[in-house]
Amino acid sequence: MGTGFDAARVLRPRGLQFFGWFALLFFLASQAGGLLLTPPDRDMGHLQKIMYVHVPSAWMSLLAYAIVFGFGVMFLWKRDLKWDLMAAATAEAGIVFTGLALLTGSIWGRPTWGIWWTWDARLTSEAVLFIMYAGYLALRAMTDDEMRRARWSAAIAALGFLNTYIVYMSVRWWRTLHQIQSSPSTVDPQYVLFLRLNAFAFLFILIWFAASRYRVARLTRDIEESVEERALRPQTEGVHV
Amino acid sequence: MNAKRLVLLVGAVLVLAGFGYLVYGGIGNNLVYFLTPSELKAKGAAAIDSPVRLGGMVVPGSVTWNAEAIDLRFRMTDGKGTIEVHARKAPPQMFRDGQGVVVEGKLTRAGIFDASNLMVKHSNEYRPPAPGHVPQEMYRSLVKEAGTS
Repeated sequence: MGTGFDAARVLRPRGLQFFGWFALLFFLASQAGGLLLTPPDRDMGHLQKIMYVHVPSAWMSLLAYAIVFGFGVMFLWKRDLKWDLMAAATAEAGIVFTGLALLTGSIWGRPTWGIWWTWDARLTSEAVLFIMYAGYLALRAMTDDEMRRARWSAAIAALGFLNTYIVYMSVRWWRTLHQIQSSPSTVDPQYVLFLRLNAFAFLFILIWFAASRYRVARLTRDIEESVEERALRPQTEGVHV
Repeated sequence: MNAKRLVLLVGAVLVLAGFGYLVYGGIGNNLVYFLTPSELKAKGAAAIDSPVRLGGMVVPGSVTWNAEAIDLRFRMTDGKGTIEVHARKAPPQMFRDGQGVVVEGKLTRAGIFDASNLMVKHSNEYRPPAPGHVPQEMYRSLVKEAGTS
């Protein structure tokens, strides 16, 4: 079929394992730094520290869909299924960060805003993003035709990518309860430093998660192919294995 | 095959048109999460008794909070107009003078906004407190009440 699948080219587990430990340690150090080394906020006190989880999660939820879209485009261009599997692996990681952003936002909102949830444009568009991740993954489970599945996945990824722009701009286009984006000029340098470190920590975890899922997807596909091949092989030996 | 392509093309055009409308069109004026005091006042009699969200700043010094009766009164302003708000709700932790707030409720005939829900709108600023700064935290009076009684 010329799909270019080769088990030897699958990312080596050893390197992946090393990167996973690195990501975990970087994450723990960044979180500890944010929790222990930064002063409480003048208005919300220590509640500000949810920022180090909420904001990186939200960034990764947007970034992951952009990557899914990028891989989708690469598939349409190259017609190589490996790009489609990479897109799916990134979407699986992305939905986790989207869920985390919604969950930590809700937990943060209760004591500071006074509510768990409201249907303002930011919260709604992020919830729609979650549904678009779920839809992307659900649609993939519905068809066995790999090339067709890859084409449709790329189309949905384009819609999801459009939505990430709506999520980002929602607080500027519409009146929302959610505040507009902070910038280094509105955030104390101490918070900025640990927010950045945690953003990188979350990025490493996103990459590790997506790479691990991609590896599993490749191995699963290799096994399926070899089983199929064995089933189709003319049984000249006359022996069932 | 050609019909399929046409459907796909029409679909893509529709999505892009919808997106363009979102970005450049009038939905920004229709999708209003809350009205400001001067906008609500501009509606006149039509605003009375219809459920709406109202957002603005708490006028410093206007807050009266009765922790025993759970009765909160304050004035809300957008710089141009001011409306008196009455809520039978405990203020959230960050409710204080000069804070952005959004309330859900109705404007009564008397011109007072009867709020059934009270939300704090935080700015995009995060700063450590200045030395000696004590934040105004009305909710603590609730905790104290519960502790002594």
